[in-house]
Amino acid sequence: MTLADPHIQSRDIRPGASQPRPIRRRLRPIWSAGAVAVAALVCLPVLSLVAIALGGGVSLWPHLLRNVLPVALHDTALLLGGVGLMTAVIGTATAWLVSAYDFPGRRLMEWALLLPLAVPTYIVAYAYLDILHPVGPVQTAIRDVLGYASPRDLRLWDVRSMAGCILLLGLVLYPYVYLTTRAMFLTQAANVIEAARTLGTPRGRVFLRVALPMARPAIVVGLSLVLMETLNDIGASEFLGARTITIAIYNTWVNRSDLPGAAQLSLVMLVIVAGTVMLERRARRSQRYASSVQRPRPMAPVRLRGLSAGAALLTCALPVFFGFVAPALYLVDQAWARISFAGISPRIWAEAGNTLGLALISSAVVIAAGLLVGFAARLRPGPVTAGAARLSTIGYALPGTVLAIGLLPPVLAVDHLLDNAALALFGSGVGLVMMGSGTALAYALAVRFMAISTGGLESGLARIPSSLDQAARTLGQRPAGMLRLIHLPLSKTAIAAAALLVFVDCVKELPATLLLRPLNFETLATHLYGEAARGTYEEAAIAALVIVLVGMLPVALLARVGRSPGR
Amino acid sequence: MTPATWLRLAAATLLAGVPALASAQELNLYTTREPGLVQPLLDAFTAQSGIKVNTIFLKDGLTERVGQEGDKSPADVLMTVDFGKLVELVDLGMTRPVTSEVLTAAIPEHLRDPAGNWFALSLRARVLYAAKDLDLTEFHYEQLDDPEWQGRVCIRSGQHPYNVALISSYIAHHGEAAAEEWLTGVKANLARKAGGGDRDVARDIMGGICDIGIANSYYMGQMLSGNGGPEQVEWANAVKMIYPTFENGGTQVNVTGAAVAKYAPNPEQAVQLLEYLVSPEAQKIYAEANFEHPLNPEVEVSELIGQFGTLVPDEMSLTEINTHRAAASALAEKVGFDN
Repeated sequence: MTLADPHIQSRDIRPGASQPRPIRRRLRPIWSAGAVAVAALVCLPVLSLVAIALGGGVSLWPHLLRNVLPVALHDTALLLGGVGLMTAVIGTATAWLVSAYDFPGRRLMEWALLLPLAVPTYIVAYAYLDILHPVGPVQTAIRDVLGYASPRDLRLWDVRSMAGCILLLGLVLYPYVYLTTRAMFLTQAANVIEAARTLGTPRGRVFLRVALPMARPAIVVGLSLVLMETLNDIGASEFLGARTITIAIYNTWVNRSDLPGAAQLSLVMLVIVAGTVMLERRARRSQRYASSVQRPRPMAPVRLRGLSAGAALLTCALPVFFGFVAPALYLVDQAWARISFAGISPRIWAEAGNTLGLALISSAVVIAAGLLVGFAARLRPGPVTAGAARLSTIGYALPGTVLAIGLLPPVLAVDHLLDNAALALFGSGVGLVMMGSGTALAYALAVRFMAISTGGLESGLARIPSSLDQAARTLGQRPAGMLRLIHLPLSKTAIAAAALLVFVDCVKELPATLLLRPLNFETLATHLYGEAARGTYEEAAIAALVIVLVGMLPVALLARVGRSPGR
Repeated sequence: MTPATWLRLAAATLLAGVPALASAQELNLYTTREPGLVQPLLDAFTAQSGIKVNTIFLKDGLTERVGQEGDKSPADVLMTVDFGKLVELVDLGMTRPVTSEVLTAAIPEHLRDPAGNWFALSLRARVLYAAKDLDLTEFHYEQLDDPEWQGRVCIRSGQHPYNVALISSYIAHHGEAAAEEWLTGVKANLARKAGGGDRDVARDIMGGICDIGIANSYYMGQMLSGNGGPEQVEWANAVKMIYPTFENGGTQVNVTGAAVAKYAPNPEQAVQLLEYLVSPEAQKIYAEANFEHPLNPEVEVSELIGQFGTLVPDEMSLTEINTHRAAASALAEKVGFDN
């Protein structure tokens, strides 16, 4: 589950520089120990899942192999393949258009293309089922135009299908690819691409022969985020009828009360994911992605006019329209209907506060831990820190509910310990402190989204020449000072980008939040779920709209960060 | 950040989280019922008793959470939307027996545990929605696989607890082999993939996707009430509700229910809440606000539901039905019901 990093290789083969060896003298292993501790904390729920899995028999497997897995594997493969292809094409094409060309509306599109990030998959599924249902606005309009009176006379496509699921997930997940690929085009590829242009290479070939191969690592990073999100999606997949492995895990657990079986199945899935990621890394190891520039600068965009400018604008506008504008307008419409006769419940604001607070704390923890892991790997390169970095990303490869279930035993063991200690020391208990305070929840979110942080920060740190570290060490800086004075300022773009992505994901997160939150604590997502579960969609629409609005804040910031790349 | 700063941060986080000591007049409710449905009842209870109710709405994982919280769990009352989960809590030893004359008087005998570990609070019937103009006034569940209905049936996922309970009932009545044959036939009759929610059955019938479908009774009342918006009134008006029966029994019902947690810190308040929930006042809220069938015989079902006839619940014991739960879920997977 490594989020492979598009830039790290450039450090390894900088021309004319043999890799400087880090100074190990006088360096205490505190940073490595920290990185290992982070990895251990991330692995804790996974280990507890292993224990749960071992607690069950294997009687489930004949049934799974015969009746469940063939369909589950087929649907999962189809879904991953479809969403992967769609997000890769949309993400890369739009990233290339806004980076390499200039056309009217480009500046707007540059950040608008990120907006679908703010729309959770379960919301886009609900919205489109309503919009595209036979009695919804689109099909009604089509019937009116064609002169059919009843939906019984004209049956059109049903969004509740594999194709619908792929399309909807693709529409809100492509920004991950767009984001990483665009950063690559902006910072790394500019010189080579301009060289190709100078040599008279036709536009299409510059893209296919130069830009695309160079962007491969970045596309892979974005894709791995997309595929993890797809793999672990329950809301939209279940709603639209895709029968993925995650759904099978969920059914095994909930309907047959077979938690060990569900844990076994999730661990098998985890192993497959980890294996795939390792294979991809290995395959890419033989390839070199060098960038000879010390100071990356954005490429000069080619100005498009007339038809081609229109086509470029349209290509960028379509995913924004379908991934953001249409569902957002739908939510506004629904929410308005509710607000106009019932007003806004004051609960929404408290929940928005809870959501924001939780997301901020979790993001801060995730970024701090990611920095620790990334910095340790830089100070002490080797199997220990590299292993810690890889392991710290493992939480992203498990469905959110399963992760939360795995987290319960260790967290509550600590809670019991603390309460017993308090009883012994002060004569009165403190209750279940971690569960009751939301610490358990923040921990779960941190474990889940560490992958985004580690991946993003590794690449950010890798862009800083090691010679700077050596200079700083020679001048007597300790690692902490070095981090503060050199690495933090130089990688703030990467930190901001990772922090904002994590933040948006925390705001949207549902399953772990639902299971681990304290009494009387609602977030926008749990409120939305509670309303949607009983079918009061209009009330849910208000919460959904606020989620989208809160999610938009960092997206807007992200766009600003992305615009001033590099240093 | 130095490790020392980290430690300080961690300590601060922990201390900030220590919950205020609960006052005596509070109780903690873990519920898998949607908050919007329970809150009116809880508000009324608090107004009447002065006991504040802290809640957490969970979907899945209630047993895992309570189990891991163990003897320090703050949970007083455990409330579920589904009988299977309720019995699971009892089977796992997470409940405590309660003796209350109020409860035994208000709840019919077959809707509570003889030992007092669980109590049903309301009934929901698994009924048939049919296109309004369809010439159909009665229905047996056994007819669902009739080729007459090929391509005309809508239903949610076979793995949803409501459908798992229906399939369990079918197994209890006719045995597993017959149930498999039936479910295969139902699958063959589906107009679209099994999925969505119960309300989608009405909407899809209106949308011409199907002619009949299986859904829960109270959704009909909720849609008709207009609480879900004007579109839902239209969906409901496109269908009529029929109480289907088993050929050798009545209409399949599920219950919502509650239990007092084994380690409840406020057991007296917990029993008070249960007693309130079966009182005529609360049962009326169940009937009028949630459109469920009240189990207190003194209380009438809502007018919106009552217009469709009288519910004659199947008499098969819920405990017996529940023993077929895992088999029912596996069966749905075996016949590829959701594929």
